[in-house]
Amino acid sequence: MLEINNLHASVVDIENSEILKGINLKVGRGEVHAIMGPNGSGKSTLANVLMGRPDYLVTDGDVTLEGESILELRPDQRAHLGMFLAFQYPAEIPGVRPWQFLKAALDSKAESRGEDKMSVRNFSKLFDEKVEAVGINPNLVKRSLNEGFSGGEKKRNEMLQLEVLQPALAILDETDSGLDVDALRIVAEGVNSMRSPERSFIVVTHYQRLLNYITPDVVHILVKGKIVKTGGPELALEVEKDGYQEYLEAAGANA
Amino acid sequence: MTNQNTISRESDLSGGEYKWGFVTDVETDLAPKGLSEDIVRLISTKKEEPEWLLEWRLKAYRHWVELEKSEAEPKWAMIDYPPIDYQDIYYYAAPKGTNEAPKSLDDVDPEMLETFEKLGIPLQERAALAGVAVDAVFDSVSVATTMEKQLGELGIVFCSFSNAVKNHPELVKKYLGSVVPYTDNFFAALNAAVFSDGSFVYIPPGVKCPIELMTYFRINTEGSGQFERTLIVADKGAYVSYLEGCTAPFRKTSQLHAATVELVALDDSEIKYSTIQNWFPGTKDGEGGIYNFVTKRGRADKNAKISWTQVETGSAITWKYPSVILKGDNSVGEFFSVALANNHQQADTGTKMIHIGKNTKSTIVSKGISAGKGSNTYRGQVQIMPGAENAVNHTQCDSLLVGDECGAHTVPYIEVRNPTARLEHEASTSKVSDDQLFYLMARGLSEEEAHHMIITGWSRDVIKELPFEFALEASQLLKVSLEGAVG
Repeated sequence: MLEINNLHASVVDIENSEILKGINLKVGRGEVHAIMGPNGSGKSTLANVLMGRPDYLVTDGDVTLEGESILELRPDQRAHLGMFLAFQYPAEIPGVRPWQFLKAALDSKAESRGEDKMSVRNFSKLFDEKVEAVGINPNLVKRSLNEGFSGGEKKRNEMLQLEVLQPALAILDETDSGLDVDALRIVAEGVNSMRSPERSFIVVTHYQRLLNYITPDVVHILVKGKIVKTGGPELALEVEKDGYQEYLEAAGANA
Repeated sequence: MTNQNTISRESDLSGGEYKWGFVTDVETDLAPKGLSEDIVRLISTKKEEPEWLLEWRLKAYRHWVELEKSEAEPKWAMIDYPPIDYQDIYYYAAPKGTNEAPKSLDDVDPEMLETFEKLGIPLQERAALAGVAVDAVFDSVSVATTMEKQLGELGIVFCSFSNAVKNHPELVKKYLGSVVPYTDNFFAALNAAVFSDGSFVYIPPGVKCPIELMTYFRINTEGSGQFERTLIVADKGAYVSYLEGCTAPFRKTSQLHAATVELVALDDSEIKYSTIQNWFPGTKDGEGGIYNFVTKRGRADKNAKISWTQVETGSAITWKYPSVILKGDNSVGEFFSVALANNHQQADTGTKMIHIGKNTKSTIVSKGISAGKGSNTYRGQVQIMPGAENAVNHTQCDSLLVGDECGAHTVPYIEVRNPTARLEHEASTSKVSDDQLFYLMARGLSEEEAHHMIITGWSRDVIKELPFEFALEASQLLKVSLEGAVG
């Protein structure tokens, strides 16, 4: 489904700012991949570059979705193809209701595919169901998008969007950070319930604990902009036990 | 609102550049260009006005001439425009055959009806269905007022100003100039001398007007000025919600619009006045556009409330400060404004809240959006007079910048002459952030949709004050007006 080949990326307008230094990754349909790494390894950058954040410049390599390169596409076009990024720090948008925002997002996707927009009535029903499923405080979704939300509430709101938009490829950028155990479980349950042979996940995380609840098919260790090791779920447990030190040292020796 | 869904204006607001720029081909009755006592007399004669009104106009004219001689055209606003040649303007333009106001819609030129149809103004049965009564002012003359009869049964008067002069002279005489005297300022003097038409509303004591009243203003003739005058009187315990909308054709020369609006809210009454101002803003390069110099003021007596809500997206220049004189004890004044300046537009707008009575309360929420090379100034005055015990004001001024060539300015004046007053002033300036844009785009919204959502969300505190279908129109207007400013 998603293929990343020799991906290099830097920060726009800053020289010698390369963060991703040749990433190679293949995510098959229905697979859950975890990307783990220490702070500053480029995990979040990778997640954002995949979604097309304009702050980053791809200097080499390619990313294809279903065989087609997506690097020239705007973020909205990537979203229309079924990509989704759950943000580590979701932006606050004053005066915009989560309901209104999600309806607009769903409408634009339907429009791009030449499909009919969902009726307001059906959308309301879907929205209310998902609000309950994600366990988000119903009063919260009457407020402005993310404004005054706690860290955990923001993450739940991201999961709400994931549930409503039903993407083909969901990238979770440290969705577990700042969550207590209950919230963590809710996020994990959301992901697990959405797992299907048709949907792939890339779960970016610093800690292993989220992976106690979501069992990945493949785990990658990202250090200093490169994937240094790939393995099964057991790899996450090793990292939990031994930390990233040996990988950092190895990467340091290679640099 | 009795009905909220029957007016459809989407067809006019589907996007693209200024959509209201067409010209209607009707024969026009023009007075010669320029301003003189003769022109003032001519206007008065054309309108078959009583002597007292002509006298009032002439006094205003003479006052204006003095002001002009002493170069008293106000220059303090943060707007920049070439000198206006007051002798190069048509002061009277009327569609031919409308010297007499039409008796019914059947008498109205079909071309004109079509114009208002194009603008999405429901004039015929649609108006009745929509539960909105409409007065349409085309150039200088009111062409149709709908639902006059139905409202008449409640004793409500809603008609053109000219008709009011003929049919309700005692009301006009009593209140005309009582809130905005012709000596008030340069443009108010000019308006008083040459005002052509406008709307008149009177709500009898204790009557709550059951529908929204609406006036649609349209400038058509090239080189003409428009000087309408609106007077709304809510008698004791009455209530009315009044809406006005404005458009003008696409012209490369600038046109002057100097209107006056007076609101009189007697004891225990309430007037809600909403405006969507979408006069032609000029081209992208700053050619043409309407110069909008408007004096709007209301007087609130005991326990009365006056609320101004405006969405200002049009005009090359906007100079406008809808104000409230809080004369009676416990009276309330509100001002909610979204002003947008894109391309070369300049807006200098705000309000004055003058607290005279005890326990008076005012709220100001001003949202200024600057884009392109636009310049947006909030200018507001809060005045607490010595007798205004326990007056309260809350002011919130927010500016939003789109791009980096535009400007936003805030000029608040506060004058407190009673120590019991409580005033709060909040101000903020923000930019549409890249984080916000990326967040929305990552969910599938185009860059334009994302901007629109951020901006209307940011303006929500004001837009929610508008009646329902006006709120939709306002949101669409913000979208259309910002096209080209983003990306």
